[in-house]
Amino acid sequence: MSARKPDFRPFAVPLGLVLLWEALMLAFPTASETLAPPHAVILGFFGIVTDGTLALQTAQTLSSALGGLAIGFTLGSLLGAAFGLWRWFDRAMQISVESVRLIPSVALIPLSMMVFGFGTRMEITIVAFTTQWPAMVLARAAVREVEPRLMEVATVLQMSLLQSATKIVLPSILPRLFVSLRLTAGVAMIVAITVEVAANPYGLGAAILAAQISFRPEVMLATLIWTGVVGAGINQVLLTTQNRLFRHSLPGGGGSE
Amino acid sequence: MSTAMPAQISLADVDVSFGSKTVLSGLNFEVFKGEVISIVGASGCGKTTSLRLLAGLLAPSGGSVSFEGKPVRGPRRETAIVFQDYGKALLPWRTAEGNVSLALEVMGVPGPERRSRISELLALTGLAGHHDKYPAQMSGGMQQRLQIARALAQDPAVLLMDEPFGALDAMTRQSLQDELLDLSARTGVTIYFVTHDLEEAIYLSDRIIGLLPNPGRIGRIFDVPLPRPRDQLITKEDRSFLALRHELYDFVKGSEH
Ligand SMILES: Nc1ncnc2c1ncn2[C@@H]1O[C@H](COP(=O)(O)OP(=O)(O)OP(=O)(O)O)[C@@H](O)[C@H]1O
Ligand SMILES: [Mg+2]
Repeated sequence: MSARKPDFRPFAVPLGLVLLWEALMLAFPTASETLAPPHAVILGFFGIVTDGTLALQTAQTLSSALGGLAIGFTLGSLLGAAFGLWRWFDRAMQISVESVRLIPSVALIPLSMMVFGFGTRMEITIVAFTTQWPAMVLARAAVREVEPRLMEVATVLQMSLLQSATKIVLPSILPRLFVSLRLTAGVAMIVAITVEVAANPYGLGAAILAAQISFRPEVMLATLIWTGVVGAGINQVLLTTQNRLFRHSLPGGGGSE
Repeated sequence: MSTAMPAQISLADVDVSFGSKTVLSGLNFEVFKGEVISIVGASGCGKTTSLRLLAGLLAPSGGSVSFEGKPVRGPRRETAIVFQDYGKALLPWRTAEGNVSLALEVMGVPGPERRSRISELLALTGLAGHHDKYPAQMSGGMQQRLQIARALAQDPAVLLMDEPFGALDAMTRQSLQDELLDLSARTGVTIYFVTHDLEEAIYLSDRIIGLLPNPGRIGRIFDVPLPRPRDQLITKEDRSFLALRHELYDFVKGSEH
């Protein structure tokens, strides 16, 4: 894997498009308020890197997204695992959960702002609220799909509840919980940026909005692209960790030699 | 087996149905301590179901199953199972060593003793030197042997085996048959053995239960008059071996119509 030469082919199309964009902007100069040629975007990027604003905004967004994710993922997974284990609990809670779950996260911004004002806490709350649902659904499915044969192995060995939880259920669901973490991390980034663009004067989302309002398309685009890179980076880190940790238990994870 | 001896496992008028479908009907038989008893019959006639019944994984819809005089209420540690679908019965996140260790951990065998027991069991099942392999890195035959090693780790009084050698090549199969007979002679473990292979049934058993399908019921119980210890060549050339093979073949063939 690592011995192979890196494959640059996937980069050919985006690079081609960027060059085309640069050429078009040179051929037909416009004083656009939304578009800037790639070289201006690159310069804009260096600008916000050197004056430290990008680092600050990234830290703000990440702390909200990851903080909210930590809370939402934990709560959601615990709730989902409980639903998966005890069907009566699932049935008893179904209507309450379904009705709260359908509230769009953006609709909570005013409420959260009323309680917490601007800043980290209101954003964390909304991220946590939104991420807990997919985490809940995925954890519930993970628990339900523990191999029944393994549960029989647990009964035949007369394992205690604690033993079957730690020796069978938890290791069975961990790979799937990690996939869920990767998925909800993506949701967390989207929600954090959305909240920042919509209301919170803070983080990368607010920076994108501010650059647009102050007619600085090159800064706007540089921040936008950086936001994408941050999201992809988080995903990549999680993916690498997942492949390393669960090589033997995820189908297609490279378990066989 | 002398009839004066009390039965270790006995089934009295046992029925099993799933919904409206009767899978087993009116089963009456006894299994004696130290006996090797095989069960043969067409595919889908209820062999696995009968094994699950003996394991306590399945409650009869009618009649009773008892172990040493007491009704079976659920799985017991002295009854070990080697499942038909070995791929699902092993913990994919544990190595060969870890899978065997599972049974020993649950039984509270202390660490140092555990290690020597594991080596012993892996050597016995021909897996010495594969301690650190994960199930996904093993062939079907190796996985099945690993399952047998784990079952033996339970130090069972009864070993329930569901077509355990079905996936093995002829040589491995024969050597494992001999290991099994050796084990039965040394430890006096009772073996309930489901198989499709009539020669295997005769070679291993003291008695063979022939099941008839739809609903699964006992057609005949065959006594195997062959002396022990048995030998792959001599036993299989014995006239009564050949005669019994003929009878069994006719029985199974006849049951398919
Ligand atoms: N949990 C269940 N629910 C409904 N039907 C079942 C269940 N388990 C088994 N059956 C049915 O009972 C019958 C007997 O199944 P069983 O697995 O015991 O057969 P078998 O003799 O072991 O077959 P094979 O030789 O193919 O392994 C089959 O028709 C099967 O569809
Ligand atoms: Mg079967």
